[in-house]
Amino acid sequence: MALDKATVAKIAHLARLRVADDRLEGLASELSNILTWIEHLEEVDTEGVTPMSSVVEANLRQREDAITDGAKADDILANAPGTAAGFFTVPKVVE
Amino acid sequence: MTGAPTFEGSTGTWEVVIGLEIHAQVTSQSKLFSGAATGFGAEPNTQVSLVDAAMPGMLPVINEYCVEQAVRTGLGLKAQINLRSVFDRKNYFYPDLPQGYQISQFSDPIVGEGTIYLDMPDGSQRAIGIERLHLEQDAGKSLHDQSPTQTYVDLNRSGVALMEIVSKPDLRSAEEAGLYVRKVRTILRYLGTCDGNMDQGSMRCDVNVSVRHPGDELGTRAEVKNINSVRFVHQAIEFETRRQIEEIEGGGTVALETRRFDPKDGVTHPMRSKEEAHDYRYFPDPDLLPLVFTQGFVNTIKDSLPELPDEKKARFESEYGISAANAGVLVAERAKGDFFEALVASASDKSGKPASEIGQDCANILISDLFGILNKQGLSIDQSPIDHRSLAGLQALKLDGTISGRIAKEVFVEMLESGKQAEDIVEEQGLRQVSDTGEIDSIIDKIIADSPKQLAGYKAGKENLFGYFVGQVMKATGGKANPQVVNELLKKKL
Amino acid sequence: MADLTDLTLAEARDGVRSGTFSATELTQAHIDAVEGARGLNAFITETPERALAMAADSDARVAANDPRPMEGVPIAIKDLFCTDGVRTTAGSHILENFTPPYESSVTQNIWDAGGVLLGKTNLDEFAMGSSNENSFFGPVENPWRAADDGQSRVPGGSSGGSAAAVAANIAPGAIGTDTGGSIRQPAAFTGIVGMKPTYGRCSRWGTVAFASSLDQAGPMTRTVQDAAILLESMAGFDAKDSTSVDIAAPKFEAALTGEVKGLKIGIPDEYRLDGMPSEIEALWTQGAEWLRDAGAEIVPVSLPMTQYALPAYYIVAPAEASSNLARYDGIRYGLREDAEDLTDLYETTRASGFGGEVQRRILIGTYALSAGYYDAYYLKAQKVRTRIAEDFRQAFETVDVLLTPTAPSEAFVAGSKSDDPIAMYLNDVFTVPGSMAGLPGISVPAGNAANGLPLGLQILAKPFDEQTLFRAAHVLEMAAGVTARPTQWWKEAGA
Repeated sequence: MALDKATVAKIAHLARLRVADDRLEGLASELSNILTWIEHLEEVDTEGVTPMSSVVEANLRQREDAITDGAKADDILANAPGTAAGFFTVPKVVE
Repeated sequence: MTGAPTFEGSTGTWEVVIGLEIHAQVTSQSKLFSGAATGFGAEPNTQVSLVDAAMPGMLPVINEYCVEQAVRTGLGLKAQINLRSVFDRKNYFYPDLPQGYQISQFSDPIVGEGTIYLDMPDGSQRAIGIERLHLEQDAGKSLHDQSPTQTYVDLNRSGVALMEIVSKPDLRSAEEAGLYVRKVRTILRYLGTCDGNMDQGSMRCDVNVSVRHPGDELGTRAEVKNINSVRFVHQAIEFETRRQIEEIEGGGTVALETRRFDPKDGVTHPMRSKEEAHDYRYFPDPDLLPLVFTQGFVNTIKDSLPELPDEKKARFESEYGISAANAGVLVAERAKGDFFEALVASASDKSGKPASEIGQDCANILISDLFGILNKQGLSIDQSPIDHRSLAGLQALKLDGTISGRIAKEVFVEMLESGKQAEDIVEEQGLRQVSDTGEIDSIIDKIIADSPKQLAGYKAGKENLFGYFVGQVMKATGGKANPQVVNELLKKKL
Repeated sequence: MADLTDLTLAEARDGVRSGTFSATELTQAHIDAVEGARGLNAFITETPERALAMAADSDARVAANDPRPMEGVPIAIKDLFCTDGVRTTAGSHILENFTPPYESSVTQNIWDAGGVLLGKTNLDEFAMGSSNENSFFGPVENPWRAADDGQSRVPGGSSGGSAAAVAANIAPGAIGTDTGGSIRQPAAFTGIVGMKPTYGRCSRWGTVAFASSLDQAGPMTRTVQDAAILLESMAGFDAKDSTSVDIAAPKFEAALTGEVKGLKIGIPDEYRLDGMPSEIEALWTQGAEWLRDAGAEIVPVSLPMTQYALPAYYIVAPAEASSNLARYDGIRYGLREDAEDLTDLYETTRASGFGGEVQRRILIGTYALSAGYYDAYYLKAQKVRTRIAEDFRQAFETVDVLLTPTAPSEAFVAGSKSDDPIAMYLNDVFTVPGSMAGLPGISVPAGNAANGLPLGLQILAKPFDEQTLFRAAHVLEMAAGVTARPTQWWKEAGA
């Protein structure tokens, strides 16, 4: 599958990665090469095969409903690049 | 099914098609995937664990109570319970979504199809399909009005367990949508799985609205996000219906878009932040395994379910002989139904009359007297100034003929004001009904003697003058004469 | 006193416990070694003060006759494990100044066993890479240099700093993470033992995630016995990780019986790649012969899905990574670039915070999950993954372990594959299939190429059968009897 510049730009935006226009072309061909290599997978017969999302053959373990965490605003905010009055801050969002 | 309401436009008749997504917060102590608290109104970021803040390397572990509550709710919605479900990641960027994805359920939800019955004002019932119910994390809260240049983010809600209840597009009017939201809320409250407090954000709605000419394919829908009251659901749908019809009839098209409702002017606006086409890239969350439980687990929950509003309503009708409309009012809140049953039991006890005989009378005093007062004073039934025993005392006095219905109403008001028991009020103010025929006899004789003109008229065939004599007797007895006795004696003497 | 940095982890442990030397002496020797080897760039953050404080605590415990299993042994930690109060970078600019207020479960287990934090080791950014050239903190140098060209070689990756630290006798043991080979391949490139446990054996809580369904922590040491000791302290059920498997960790060290009589060793035919260096092929054959000579039975097996494991991996891992790395958004921690608006903040922060390879994988993963491509890429890869696991399951019906080369070449010259991502990815061709199936695997130093660089052989075992894995690896190690060590050129370079 050959990716074009527009597709790369679209994916980059979905992933919130700024890619300069002059890099789109090169990136498109690089990613296309990788995808072409990946497409060998088409050779594999996967008719009726269940997709595997975990190798762990167990069911989800559940925890008790109890308050065991939280109340650590200082830790939560300690590494934040922007805070005010106990909140995280970001440039104003227009809804 | 009753005919769907329609709207007349310049190009003919329109109908509106509505589907609702209700986000109901599970009433759990801690969050869906972390041990942080869920309480309302805490200081910012004080109910946040490292998991909720999506610190590097943090992992989710599911809360068993939330799973149980989702199953309980599914059973309450008479829905299919899926013994195996899967958590997926819904990927998008937003400041109050710390992980950059929301853990939700996409292709394999915990609850499948179900049904909700709406009691329509005309007494008919409407079945509304439930598409699914799934468990998911709530996001945090973005505050846009705290600073001119910045948005503030509080993660206290981040990770709180939500049940998203998705209806089929079966609703056809704002009224139906309102009834639907109320009914879902009633069921959730009966089950105790969500407190249903829309003003605190523990229940919110996304409303999908489209219009079409009846019989046509579904039109393009607009989604109005995050509505937090039944009234606003109403207003948003009414506005959207008008807007979309006008849009199409003006030669335009309805855009598939997300809108927000502004309660100030009752108008919906496109959301700029949601303008871009979304591609959520759902995939199974590799930090979690499939959620699997047994039918035995489901059965245990099923056995513990309370009587639900539909069943309770049917029982009230048959057991207490009350009307469907009254039963509907009484089951709308679990506490109201409980109060009613306690009242009937107590009144039955005191009066010796069977519940089936006194049910309607008890329903009447609640619906036409007590509920109105509570409503006016902004009180819930649990805060009622008159408890069911006191009210039963009043009912018993009425039922055994000690006081008349009219006097009972006065005593009720007096009870509210003074907090006294009915028996005491009746005793102190000498309000006992007079059923002594001798006493009434002599009063009647006196009135007949004092009213020769009316007597002559009555004898000449003016039968409505009977009421005049009744009125005079009641006046003379201060309303305490037993109306039945008065009637009988008057008929005899006249 | 003999140089304490030459001791194995087992010897260091025993020496502290018996009072032959103190934990403080042992730790100080390794701190000096760290400082003397800065030319390798194996560490991102050195923690000498914390190390000495922990060593003092160990000495107190020994004095109180209450030593823990690994009392006083300095351990180097890949800088992907969050360490409370110690900067944790994941080799990335975006976490350059991140100090976690929490400790990963695996490192906590090590400290609870008496281990001493020597420092945080360099790695490919977010564990994405096979050469340790993708670190924001600069590449790590392989302590080994070829006899013929003397050029700088890569240590492999992504756990390159941990591998170099152990190979250069800076640390008696280190821990790494292995997603598609990130412990085993650098172990092979640096002539040490690197072991990846069964998926679910070690907790992932507090370890910066790359690909959640594949990531596993594991030990990197100079001997198989040391790997068993270190894993014993790391492993164990953790209720905070939903994929942690609730079975007790056995005494791995006790599994080293030196005995493989009757063990069935599978040789997968499909691992014989076209163009594989003859030295590696010969070493593989030699390895099988050593094990046969020790009484094991050699059985040819077939793993037909082998060639598809790598392309499937390069969908699954980037897809998970694209989502796992979404949290690095410049809001709650990490780098933030100044921005006019929110989109700008996200895009510029992430573009400058992530390096090229990380961005490449995020883009591939985002694409593989996007509408219209999910079925063709992600779902297809998940199905192929099922078939890969099924291959192994069948093979393990007839054999106990598998023997393969660890990597298709010896350590390559720095910079030689930087422009060809696929050539770089092929480094993991022998390690990725086992990762996709969640199997335990180990790379054992088995010989040296003609140019003197080390070569490793890999053993794979059934899920949760690390004991058999260690037992076979131990016998292989003894038979190979590798004694060559790198010359300590960096001591002059660092001086």
